[in-house]
Amino acid sequence: MTSTAGSREPTGAATRGPERPGRILRFSRAERLVHRATGWLMLLCLLTAACLYLGPLAQLVGRRHLVATVHEWSGVLLPLPSLLGLLSPAFRADLRRLNRFAGYDRQWLRAARRRVATPDARPAGKFNAGQKIYAGWIAGAVLVMMFTGLLMWFTGLLPLISRTSAIFVHDCLAWAVALVLIGHMRKAYEDPEARLGMRTGRVDPAWAVRHHSEWLEEDGGPRRRRTGG
Amino acid sequence: MADQPKGRPDGAPVARRTMLGMLAAGAAGLAGAPYLQHGWEKVLASASQADSTGLTGLLPNPSGFRYYSIVGSVPRKDATDYELRIDGLVDRPRAYTLADLRALPQTRVVRDVQCTDGWRVPDTPFEGVRLSHLLDAAGVRPEGRAVRFTCFDGAYTESLTMEQACRSDVLVALNMQDRPITHEHGGPVRLYVAPMYFYKSAKWLSGISVTDRVVPGYWEERGYDVDGWLEGADRRGDAGA
Repeated sequence: MTSTAGSREPTGAATRGPERPGRILRFSRAERLVHRATGWLMLLCLLTAACLYLGPLAQLVGRRHLVATVHEWSGVLLPLPSLLGLLSPAFRADLRRLNRFAGYDRQWLRAARRRVATPDARPAGKFNAGQKIYAGWIAGAVLVMMFTGLLMWFTGLLPLISRTSAIFVHDCLAWAVALVLIGHMRKAYEDPEARLGMRTGRVDPAWAVRHHSEWLEEDGGPRRRRTGG
Repeated sequence: MADQPKGRPDGAPVARRTMLGMLAAGAAGLAGAPYLQHGWEKVLASASQADSTGLTGLLPNPSGFRYYSIVGSVPRKDATDYELRIDGLVDRPRAYTLADLRALPQTRVVRDVQCTDGWRVPDTPFEGVRLSHLLDAAGVRPEGRAVRFTCFDGAYTESLTMEQACRSDVLVALNMQDRPITHEHGGPVRLYVAPMYFYKSAKWLSGISVTDRVVPGYWEERGYDVDGWLEGADRRGDAGA
């Protein structure tokens, strides 16, 4: 539908191994570790949430205290990989890239709104506009989930906010987070080269030029291997 | 922008604004939750009437029961093998079968069921034997000051002080919503402590033991209040407390 994956593009992982010369660095080891740790924590948090919340699963699994403990800790630890990632210059540089919009990002959004999926109509830097908005949204959502979760965990922390209100926001936002994450994973599923980039750190330059046309430009010309910052 | 095609994007910090917007939405959600929730419950009530799939049951819903169990699986018991033992600091310990309990005078209590996890079931009728009746029949000794409850899931425990246990709205419940309590809801026999949060109403009740002091129950050892009185807005419809 709104796929940005290059289906016409011969990107086979078998013919282009990750260590093949010519592939360009997209994510440093630190960034990949941050992403992997956050992903696993998020998965753990969502799976335990399902076992606490969905009746049939709750009946199947039981062990409420154990499941709740895993849920609480995976939730509060969720921001930790990103905080540790701040020690990495490459991660900090990418946070800046994610944060700031450029003119072509608005063009990307307009194309997305009109459901135009061709890469030419959707120029992007290292991160496209969708990824930028996703990053900001999920960061905010995780913080709200953590705050309302802590209110449920430590009752009476803020007597002004009723536990029922905290639970209501936590439950509603949980569904939104689940839907958005399904979208995130669908996008990754549709684009093997993007997944390869996150797994090995390196991507095919042709893919980069096609889907992130402004990235190499803004980093000072193609083929230049950047290690970050 | 046209002057500097190269270099990093330096436009508006959209991601940061999105994040802050999300935080603001969360705060607004918390502030408006009582009103939003009221409207949402109405929408759900009308939606669930037209819903034959039961999918609306998955939506965030503060009203309606949810299934909780602290163990992996709970054995099923019915009239043939159910037994409720009353012992501890009493003169006449004994065991009741389901038929014994049904033969005793039944009391009906209709209140809101309120869980600490935010869900609520308004005006839910429970029917059963007053706990005080069973305690009187067993003859509590003078040193008996509290009651400890055990369950046939093999793990859950609860407690009440003797004063709480003797309230008229504390039942050994056999019926819920005018039907025998199902296994999922803690049947065939569960405790019902109307003036407290629902975790005090132990499911799958199998033992009542009079003790000389309060022994904290399962969730209470994990941080819940031993006295689980309904508080604030949760206490609506509870004129007796």
